[in-house]
Amino acid sequence: MNPVAAFFFGLPGLVQGLLKGLAVILVIFPMASLCTLAERKVSAWMQGRPGPNRTIIPWAAYIPVFGRLFQRLGLFQLAADGLKFLFKEDITPDTVNKPYFIAAPIVAMIPALTTVTVVPFGAYLSHGRVVPLVLANVDVGLLAVFAVASLGVYSLILAGWASNSKYPFLGSVRASAQLISYELSLTLAVLPVFLWINAPGSDGSMSLARVVEFQSQGGFWGGAWFLFTLPVSAFIFIVALFAETNRQPFDMPESEADLVGGFHTEYGAFKWALFFVAEYANMIIGSAVFALLFLGGWNPLPWVPLATFAHWVGLAGHPFWLGLVSIALFVGKVAFLIFFFMWVRWTVPRFRYDQVMKIGWNKLLPLAIANLIACALGIALLQR
Amino acid sequence: MAIVPIERKPLSLAERSYLPQLAAGLKITLKHLFQPAVTLEYPEQRPSIPPGYRGAPTLVKDPHGRTKCVSCQLCEFVCPPKAIRITPGELPEGAPVPQVEKGPQAFDIDMLRCIYCGLCEEVCPEEAIFLQNQYSLSGYSRGEMVNHIDQLLEMGGTLPDAHFKWDKKRQAEEAAAEGGGHH
Repeated sequence: MNPVAAFFFGLPGLVQGLLKGLAVILVIFPMASLCTLAERKVSAWMQGRPGPNRTIIPWAAYIPVFGRLFQRLGLFQLAADGLKFLFKEDITPDTVNKPYFIAAPIVAMIPALTTVTVVPFGAYLSHGRVVPLVLANVDVGLLAVFAVASLGVYSLILAGWASNSKYPFLGSVRASAQLISYELSLTLAVLPVFLWINAPGSDGSMSLARVVEFQSQGGFWGGAWFLFTLPVSAFIFIVALFAETNRQPFDMPESEADLVGGFHTEYGAFKWALFFVAEYANMIIGSAVFALLFLGGWNPLPWVPLATFAHWVGLAGHPFWLGLVSIALFVGKVAFLIFFFMWVRWTVPRFRYDQVMKIGWNKLLPLAIANLIACALGIALLQR
Repeated sequence: MAIVPIERKPLSLAERSYLPQLAAGLKITLKHLFQPAVTLEYPEQRPSIPPGYRGAPTLVKDPHGRTKCVSCQLCEFVCPPKAIRITPGELPEGAPVPQVEKGPQAFDIDMLRCIYCGLCEEVCPEEAIFLQNQYSLSGYSRGEMVNHIDQLLEMGGTLPDAHFKWDKKRQAEEAAAEGGGHH
């Protein structure tokens, strides 16, 4: 064990936990802002534009190839945007209810960053066992994600109500109705997964690491990702996820065509940026949960678990490098899903509000219930 | 007019599920993702100017380097927004073309007034004023936006001449003088 690791494990548990939490926040925050840049770039490319490609820090122009490359990719735009939001005049309109108005963006950030704690993001091999990398590998797992993530709706309601203005209010009303409607389908869609992994006689668990563990077993049924064995669940989950994260075609809360900016119309500068980051953090967490549940988490390929992969490439004895590889695999899947979010955004038009409600209650919910019953029967037959 | 009833086929289940259309749309957007950008990156890349483009009006010189304007002030009179102001002056003795006695002492075009209509170019009997390629003008004050004669001549440069009106006239006069009492 090297001295840094020795020092870290010598610290009190609370400090260790704080450091780990800080590390994850320090990763999620830039990732969310990176997503805003990716959004701009992807939308630009899809529309035949180059996107942000001018910003550059003066001395960075002297870095031979990379300075120019980063400029064209717009990476310096990230810092420019962040600084702009930080130093912009933060206007609070006179007519708003100030405490709630200020609380709303903070409330938006809390669930976005809290859910990270139970989401595993990688794994390494220790004495032949796969150990997940996660802040808190608790048994409530996904339940905790759903419970905390659903608090996010309060920030929208608070923002809309405290703004004391009609468009934000309409936006927040739509948002709350939409989030509550789609949460049902979201939850029902993942039930088959947990019915399957919690076979009679085994220890019950809602842990996300456990789901990945299940998808890493040998054999046809064991090694298959749930995307292939439960495609309908995966479909309902991703559709509901689009609605839950307020992405196109479900971005009712801020349909800028009819509601100016929706719930954050009255916000500006850093408070607005917090909403933005929270939205992307939610997207990242949602994509991560989808990757864990249906795409085999950190397993490189379907039917090829991480342990087998480690033996192939000779990383079985190097927990640190294997950990990095597993994180890279997992982040790659999440990145693809986030790209998919953006891809869909520039493909389909926004639904009308009544269509959103109709899809949620008349189509998706019955489909989710039928899927649950069918899967329950199928799993019961399979595990008999 | 007779009413033609159009039979609308009921949507199939696949169509109502919205998914095949979504997949088709995703395919199209993915195709666009990999297509090169059509944007012209402006200050570095400039659009090619088509012939006949009406940019900023300029004064031109003939291939001998003579300022063609004879300050007849027709452009000043025709200019709809009154953007042109000419102060005519007399040319000194021994000017390259003896028939031309006048030239502009000052020639100002206020680019804040100019509407790029091209009437000045059309009306000019000497083909001395042309609306050329320059489309991007900027300045920090109203004064800076007035093009004076030096700037106008610099922007105009020398254009090829189709007629050499005064050369022909001089040659005709010289021929007449040599012939001695022609006709």
